[in-house]
Amino acid sequence: MVPVRPGPFVSDCGVFPMEWTSYLAPLSQGAWVTVQLTVYSTILGALCAFVFGLGKLSHNPLVKGISVAYIEIFRGTSLLVQLFWIYFALPIMGQAIGLDLRFPPVVAGVVALALNIGAYGAEVVRGAVQAVPKEQYEAATALNFTGRKRLWRITLPQAIPEMMPTFGNLAVQNLKDTALVSLISLGDMAFRAEQIRNFTQDSVTVYTLVLFMYFGMALVLTACMKLLERYVGRWRAAGR
Amino acid sequence: MNDATDNRGPIIKFDKVVKRFGDHVVLDELDFEVQRGEKVTIIGPSGSGKSTVLRILMTLEEINGGVVYVGGEPLWHQRKGESLEPAGEQHLRQMRSHLGMVFQQFNLFPHMTVLRNLTEAPVQVLGVSKAEAKQRGMELLEMVGLTDQATKYPHQLSGGQQQRVGIARALAMRPKIMLFDEPTSALDPELVGEVLNVIRTLADEHDLTMLLVTHEMHFARQVSDRICFFDKGRIKEQGKPEEIFTAPKEERTKAFLKAVLDPDD
Repeated sequence: MVPVRPGPFVSDCGVFPMEWTSYLAPLSQGAWVTVQLTVYSTILGALCAFVFGLGKLSHNPLVKGISVAYIEIFRGTSLLVQLFWIYFALPIMGQAIGLDLRFPPVVAGVVALALNIGAYGAEVVRGAVQAVPKEQYEAATALNFTGRKRLWRITLPQAIPEMMPTFGNLAVQNLKDTALVSLISLGDMAFRAEQIRNFTQDSVTVYTLVLFMYFGMALVLTACMKLLERYVGRWRAAGR
Repeated sequence: MNDATDNRGPIIKFDKVVKRFGDHVVLDELDFEVQRGEKVTIIGPSGSGKSTVLRILMTLEEINGGVVYVGGEPLWHQRKGESLEPAGEQHLRQMRSHLGMVFQQFNLFPHMTVLRNLTEAPVQVLGVSKAEAKQRGMELLEMVGLTDQATKYPHQLSGGQQQRVGIARALAMRPKIMLFDEPTSALDPELVGEVLNVIRTLADEHDLTMLLVTHEMHFARQVSDRICFFDKGRIKEQGKPEEIFTAPKEERTKAFLKAVLDPDD
């Protein structure tokens, strides 16, 4: 008989429920991975959003075409499939053309999340830039700004505060989506929860805990985004 | 070489300029000249193409035919040997540097303080040092009577104050030609005077060419060297203010002036 090696979640009497506080240590480890995934993929996603959102407004047909294709593909397919494609399919395709496209799970996870959220963010960037009044564009032209400076100095500073509420939603969406990366064996919070449940069968406690932990993270994230929103739009509140 | 320093000939010349919006002809082979230092007011019914003239000069509106000259140089074209080609962005940027524009809706940059509105373009476009731009900005604010508002944002100012900043912002680029596109039309009546006073001060500057579109007929009469009455995309009548306002020749001019000067009759 193979002896059962007692894991951290297995009590002396087998798979029966333990004190719920003993779940907190492994869950916190997972939470830290979730936080890192969220922060990295949100920042990278914001970068994608700006690059491709502005790209979609470009007069260059190639730049515009690439941006539109990216946005439509990543908005039009499932995040789970994108994740599996990057993690499982890409290395095999890379092998066929002689490239090493094997990524560690954390890289594949961050990239998939960022590309996905970036596609939604790109539409937000495009919309906010287009919503800046035409008169601002004309005033900048009359003052002889170059196209690039008009964008950086006049248009974007007015467009970014408009993007922030939706960016806040997308960031929270992204936090919740990180749970999917547990499926490529990344040890995030959802992965840890699944592990504990497998050992203890204590679904109610584990998933209730995880629910509250995700909710707590979402609250903190929302607060951070609100602060950022206030910062980039501080001129709007002046004297009010 | 740019000819804007060339002192011969008109500083602005429209040569059979056509502008269409779809099927609607806004400017119908317009011929129009402004001399250096001249203060010209364009009046006329709405839709007669008054603002379009200014917007074409500020390169905000392309033309569909003819040639516009500023300082002897074609504005919307580049010389290529003997022929004229549509202008590229570089040419347009060079030509724009001679012009400044004041907008009906002020169009200040809402995310910048008043002083920053005045310094941003000189620093970013002309390459003036920040210290120098600030000093010049404060001088301009003094001229328009708003030194105490320098650190405020546009939304904290009244319409009249905003438009005075708008004028100062255009002047900060040291244009040779100032275009005023209905500068008081969006203002409450009690705020019109403060803006007109600033424009009146500018009208005393000999070197500055001014082109003004307005409905303030009494003001136009005081500050203009010449009044142009526009109707259906052409100049129907033009002349010294006294001639136009007291003895217009054209029936159309008479009818328009009667309508705007004695609206109750």
